[in-house]
This record gives sequence, structure tokens and C-alpha cells, in this order.
Amino acid sequence: MTLLSIDWILLIEKLILIAIIVFASLGIALYTTFAERKVAAVLQDRPGPNRAGPFGLLQPFADGLKLIMKEEIIPNTSNKVLFILGPGLAMTAALMTCAVIPWSSHVELFDRSIDLQIADINIGILYIFGVVSLGVYGIMIGGWASNNKFSLMAALRGASQAISYELAMGLALIAVLMLSGSLSLKTIVDQQMEHGRLWNVAYQPLGFLIFFICAMAECNRTPFDLPEAENELNFGYHQEYSSMKLGFYLFSEYVNMIMSSAVMASLYFGGFDIPFLDESSLSPNLAAILGVLALLTKIVIFIFVFMWIRWTVPRFRYDQLMNIGWKKLIPLALINMLITGAVILWLQK
Amino acid sequence: MSTIEILFFFLSALAIFSAIMVLVSKNPVHSVLWLIAVFFAISGHYILLNAQFLAIVNMIVYAGAIMVLFLFVIMLMNLNAETEPQKHLWMKLAGVVSGGCFFLVLVSLVRQATDLNGKTALMKEGNIGLIKNLGKALFSDFVVPFEITSVLFLSAMVGAVVIGKKE
Repeated sequence: MTLLSIDWILLIEKLILIAIIVFASLGIALYTTFAERKVAAVLQDRPGPNRAGPFGLLQPFADGLKLIMKEEIIPNTSNKVLFILGPGLAMTAALMTCAVIPWSSHVELFDRSIDLQIADINIGILYIFGVVSLGVYGIMIGGWASNNKFSLMAALRGASQAISYELAMGLALIAVLMLSGSLSLKTIVDQQMEHGRLWNVAYQPLGFLIFFICAMAECNRTPFDLPEAENELNFGYHQEYSSMKLGFYLFSEYVNMIMSSAVMASLYFGGFDIPFLDESSLSPNLAAILGVLALLTKIVIFIFVFMWIRWTVPRFRYDQLMNIGWKKLIPLALINMLITGAVILWLQK
Repeated sequence: MSTIEILFFFLSALAIFSAIMVLVSKNPVHSVLWLIAVFFAISGHYILLNAQFLAIVNMIVYAGAIMVLFLFVIMLMNLNAETEPQKHLWMKLAGVVSGGCFFLVLVSLVRQATDLNGKTALMKEGNIGLIKNLGKALFSDFVVPFEITSVLFLSAMVGAVVIGKKE
């Protein structure tokens, strides 16, 4: 099959993989909204949604249907093209991260060895960093195009928050990078799977903590949900949005959460590594499936922690947010980086 | 046509179209967004040249940081299509003529450059753009200029903080 000398089988393989991962992320995000409400209910000692289907399991579909059926309102004074572009950008940026995450080792199908990773590029971490920095645009453009003072304020807040926390996040990443000597996520995961080596979190506890806090800020999760602070900004940057456009904004937050959980699991918690089990003793396909399950388990645990924090800790004030970002996290990340470098240098001698 | 050629022509068309749209757009915010599209296309070109590090840094620094600042400024000053100053027709004409002359000079320069004759870019091979080689070059051959640049950046940063500080 050589038409236009493209490797069509590879192309189809990758397209199928992309489709599976995107739809799986959206599906998980759907049920994350449900889990959020259930976790909130448990933490607040009430039953939570329990009417649609058994245990309320059909609730996310009811919510989705409601959002789609609602009237679509585009304000007269808004910038229409950008108003529509905003939610799309937010969602795209959220989903783009999944390209470099190694979901598992390879499977063997039809005599082909298929890597369960869309692209193993040797700049994986930087790619994630780049996509995170693009995530600002969805908020900024949506907030500005709404032509509403509250939305604009929220958009500017969101952008400055994201930029501030990206710095500490990058510095925390550098320490992982020094440890692994590679920017490829696959290599980083493989190194953590090696025999006699602990997960990166054992070597980088402080770095992980910084990364976790920054990830929470990048996802606009409480206590960092300043861009949508209801009591100050009515509803934040998506105030003018209705129907599924609003749904996209709300949904992209959950996709972001899943992706950042996956990144954290890959960088610090061994990715698809199953603890105390030598994967090479299993058949490749079984190992791959178990690997996916292991990674999903780690993601679910992270998402639960995100929710736990959201329903426990109140929102920061804006000046507190900036103080934490610039005066606490960045110096801490710098110290972490210096210590890591010093220890690596010392151990090599 | 190979995949690389298809991608090359697609990215080139995208880059040129977006660059024209940057100039044509009446609304400054639209211009900024088209400029981001240009940066994406150019990053794609870098990847075709196997300079992945350059590609991603181009995206992080330009699309992710500098353009956000541009947007900040435009949004805070509330620039839009109405506030855009209208230029005279002859001014536009003069701009087109001088720009065209400059373009002509550039094209003739590239056509006559002897060391470019009969050469094509290294597509998908060559590894100078990979992060490992780039890092080695920066920290061995060019370590003094690199350090001087970083000191320069630091002093610029300190200067910005001092200027921005209230009494």
C-alpha cells in the first residue's frame, strides 16, 4: 500500500489510537463530573445526585442532554467569531496533552507491535509545557469576546494566574529532567520501571508537591478558581456563555484534570508501572492491558485528591494567590533544583 | 509527493496565508491570533527540519508567552476595529510599493547567493536541532556568549522590576 508514499497502516493505526484516547478522555471526564458531585455529597454528608438511573449513574447524560437542549445565546455586542472560538480552543488545548502520554507499553496485534502512545517525541515534557501555556487562550479569548467587564476581569485573572504558576511548574520539571536525563515521557516511565529503582516521587517529594499545586492552579480548581470566583465576578470568564459552549468550558476543566493527573502519574508515580510486579514476565498484551488499568487507577486517585481538596479548602484571595506563586513556590522550586543538582553531582564522584 | 513534501507545502501555505491575514485584519485581536497561527506553521517547519527543540521553544516563548502579553495589552487598552486609525490611500500605496521593492531585493538576494545554489534543506535528517546536541554546543563551544546572554537577561529583568516598582 503505497499511495503518495505514505505509510497508510501507520496513519490508520495512529488515527484509531487518537480516536480511542480522545473519546476515552471525554467519557472519563463525563463521569468525573458525576464523581465530583458524589464526592462533594459524601464530604458534606448528603446523598448527592441519585434520581437518574441506579445510584444516579445516568446523571451526567441528563446533564449533557440538558446543556445541548438549552437555548444558545450569543450576545449582540460580542465578537461572534472569537466568542465561538473560545470554548473550542479551551477544549483543544486540554485534549492536546494526551499525544505524548505513554498510556501503556506496546500491544501486539496482526503481527504489528503498536505502541500505546500517540507520539514518542524526544521533547515530551516541553511539549506538555507548550500546550499548558496555550491553555490560557481559551479563557482569555472567551472572556474578552463576551464584551462583559466581569468576564474580562476574570480572563485577565486567569491568564496572569496561569502564567505565574507555569514558572514554578517548569522549575519543578527541571529537577525531574536532571534525574532522568531525558525529556521523553516514555523514557522517564521506563526508567522508573527498572528493577531496583523507586518511583520519581521518592527522589523528588518537594518537586512533586510544587508540581501538584501548580497543576491545581493551571486547572483553575478550587482553591485556585479565582477566574470563576462567583462572589466577586458573578460567574467568571464564561458568564455570557450558555448551552453546550458553557458545557465545553466546564468540561475542559475536567479533561485538564485528567490530563494533568496522567502527566503527574507518568512523571512521578511510574506511569503504567504496577508496583511489585515484573511486567516483562507477562505476555505483552496482558502487560499492556494491566498497564492501562494501573495508569487509570493512578489517575482516578489523583482526581479524587483534586476533589477532596476542592471541597475542603476555601478559595484564596487574589494577593494570597500571587504571593504563594511568586514568593513561595518559585524559591522552593529553585532550592529543590539546586539540591537535586548538588546531590547528582555528589553521587557521580 | 512524499509525506514531508505535502506537509511542507501545507505548512508554507498556512504560514503565508496567516501572515497576510495578520496584516489584513482590521481587529488587532484577530491579528494577534493569526500571528499565533503563523508561529504554529513555523514550528511545524522546524519539526520537518528535525529541530524539535527549536519548534517547541518557539511555541512556548512566542505563542505561549509573548502573544499572551500582546493580547493583555490590546485587551487592557481596549483596541478594536473602531479605534484603529484610518490611513490615507496614498500612504497605503506607498507602503505596498516599498514593501514590494524590499521583497524583490530579498528574492534576488536569495537567488544569487552562491552557497545556497542547488541545495535543499535537510529534511527529517540532521540532528543539530535535537536538544542533546544543542545543549552540548551551547555549554561547550559557546559557553561564554551563552553566559553573557544570561547575565544580560538577568540585568534586564532587574531593570524592569526597578522601573516597575512604586516609590
